[in-house]
Amino acid sequence: MALSEQEILAGIGKIINEITGIPASEVTPEKSFVDDLDIDSLSMVEIAVAAQDEFGVEIPDDQLKHLKTVKDVINFIQN
Amino acid sequence: MKISQGAPGAKILAFGHYQPSKVVTNDDLSATMETSDEWIQSRVGIKERRIAPDNESEIDLAVQAGGKALAASGLSASDIDLVIVATCTLEAQIPNAAGRVATRLGIDAPGAFDVNTACSGFCYALAVANDAIRAGSATNVLVVGTEKLSQWIDWTDRSTAVIFADGAGAAVVGPSETPGIGPVVWGSAGDKFDAIIIKDRDSFLHQEGQTVFRWATTALHPVAKEICERAGVDPADLAAFVPHQANLRIIESIARRLGADKAVVAKDIVLAGNTSAASIPLALSRMIERGEVQSGGLALLLGFGAGLTYAGQVIEIP
Repeated sequence: MALSEQEILAGIGKIINEITGIPASEVTPEKSFVDDLDIDSLSMVEIAVAAQDEFGVEIPDDQLKHLKTVKDVINFIQN
Repeated sequence: MKISQGAPGAKILAFGHYQPSKVVTNDDLSATMETSDEWIQSRVGIKERRIAPDNESEIDLAVQAGGKALAASGLSASDIDLVIVATCTLEAQIPNAAGRVATRLGIDAPGAFDVNTACSGFCYALAVANDAIRAGSATNVLVVGTEKLSQWIDWTDRSTAVIFADGAGAAVVGPSETPGIGPVVWGSAGDKFDAIIIKDRDSFLHQEGQTVFRWATTALHPVAKEICERAGVDPADLAAFVPHQANLRIIESIARRLGADKAVVAKDIVLAGNTSAASIPLALSRMIERGEVQSGGLALLLGFGAGLTYAGQVIEIP
């Protein structure tokens, strides 16, 4: 069964907290990784790798650079 | 046909290192390109690096480091019968570095060859030295990692200019009754050949940073654990972990997953930059010099880089 947006958001919030220390509560769909959460390109790679373990969806580097917001990642994992 | 008889084991007798005298800080680089001290420290972990002048070659760096290792080993030049130089930044392809380094050090007519596996080169060369001594192909081996990356860098390309640097490190390896160098674990990922590449003789070094970072933070901690298993050493008993000094975040990521809780983790990149094949012996030699690690302790060496290639082994610190 496909995960809901809320379930994926909770999972991403937990991953971002573990990698960057940013509180999961600050990870909301409209937030931009670079502009709002101050997450750099290397941390994005770590998040992508952790997301693959968590959700079983590979996010290759050439796709990763197009994922600007938390919502973009949720959509990528759902689709 | 007869076959050769080697020594029961081999061990590292001494390390030596050399860095060019010119320090280049992050602020120096920020003055000529769009970057900053904060950006470099947070992404790569480097505060400053050493860059060799035009009149100091990668051979000069190797001779300095090799000479120091030889002096510290207690052996004389005539005791060395094999010289292996790990490098990927020679100014020209022919001749190799090892013969010239040997001659400059007064080592007479040794076997002499270079190894090019880029940043993993020292660990490959050390494994070959170990095997040569145990097989009876050599008695004492000088292994040098030397790089002058600055001559292959586009100094307007901030993605590489802030990372790479110059330096050399060396080890003298000799026979031993007990093993001082554990089994090597080596391998490659040639499908990622273009992740770190100099395309032709007119090109500069290019690196796909995210690709390398992803590979290094996912593929290498299992290799580190396998090296310990092959040597029969619990990571918790390691005195030092000396990975290739590629990026502080890669170093910390692998160290965290390795579980080497008592080990001093080499973070020489902060003041030395990424010196490719030189980084592991350079880092460990400096740790020994500062008294951060003790003789007899076990260190895990782990090289990785262009190819992509990797290699590593557990060694007893001289």
